[in-house]
Amino acid sequence: MTTAVETLRDTPFIVAGRTFQSRLMVGTGKYRDNETMVRAIEASGAEIVTVAVRRVDLDRTKEAGILHHLDPRKYFLLANTAGCYTAQDAIRYARLAREAGFNEFVKLEVIGDQETLLPDVQGLLDAARTLVREGFKVLAYTNEDLVTALRLEEVGCAAVMPLASPIGSGLGLLNPYGVRTIKRRLKVPVVVDAGVGTASDACLTMEQGVDGILMNTALAAARDPVAMAHAMRLAVDAGRAAYLAGRMPRREVAVPSSPLEGMLD
Amino acid sequence: MSGTIHITINGEPRTVAAGATLLELLTSLELDPRAVVVEHNRAIVRRPGLSGVAVAEGDSIELVHFVGGG
Repeated sequence: MTTAVETLRDTPFIVAGRTFQSRLMVGTGKYRDNETMVRAIEASGAEIVTVAVRRVDLDRTKEAGILHHLDPRKYFLLANTAGCYTAQDAIRYARLAREAGFNEFVKLEVIGDQETLLPDVQGLLDAARTLVREGFKVLAYTNEDLVTALRLEEVGCAAVMPLASPIGSGLGLLNPYGVRTIKRRLKVPVVVDAGVGTASDACLTMEQGVDGILMNTALAAARDPVAMAHAMRLAVDAGRAAYLAGRMPRREVAVPSSPLEGMLD
Repeated sequence: MSGTIHITINGEPRTVAAGATLLELLTSLELDPRAVVVEHNRAIVRRPGLSGVAVAEGDSIELVHFVGGG
């Protein structure tokens, strides 16, 4: 975060020993075209961008390969295991992703339900255990359940990524308490992944004290993805700054801001 | 070496020359070996090994790369 205010000097955002300047991470899916995606990512200021592993189109009818559009020297590519419903599948996808040769980080997703895309926490823990043993830096996509988050940290995940709300829903932060509690209890970075819909969602999420946010659809499905990326960048910075500044306590009754003395008779 | 064999690439049945290596397969598909990851019968084959592995009848090959995702 860049800020002119001296007292808001932030600590660096470090995941598995790597330091990043931006606390906003973005996905690369669902954009209407690649040019918009590239411009949106640039406007977001993100350094970490997520990608998925899929079959090459053998007929070459479309050039779906993301690296034709995104410079891997400019961005830190975080491969995901999206679409995997078992630990075994997620492990397979993670290994394939690592073989692409960029890094050993993986955003681990093991999905348990097709309608909500909520995580299968048992499969997630199983996959995380294996991947950590194989040297992966695992960033685990999970729900806002504290106990699951604690277990993920225990098995050696590099970061835990509770959702704000279901993937692609744009419902915003449904359980601030849950996310805040996870952040308070874990030592590894907590990055909220999924569900943020607009700038106020991102700001509110960062105000919980989490280390960062990962979003995709909020940008890709905005009417103007580039402008929304700019808004999200500001919102993440604002939310972080507000968290560091420490908000005033909530009160049920009013407290006047102007002096009571000196009023006219 | 003559004749052809039947294999599966990315879920599609394909007929290729018997004795073809994985690298030759990529070349025939006009794929840059640096841009794809190869899984041969569920085992990843690293780039330097691609020229040393020949495909056999019934083999299953997956060729993957990075696409947009969240």
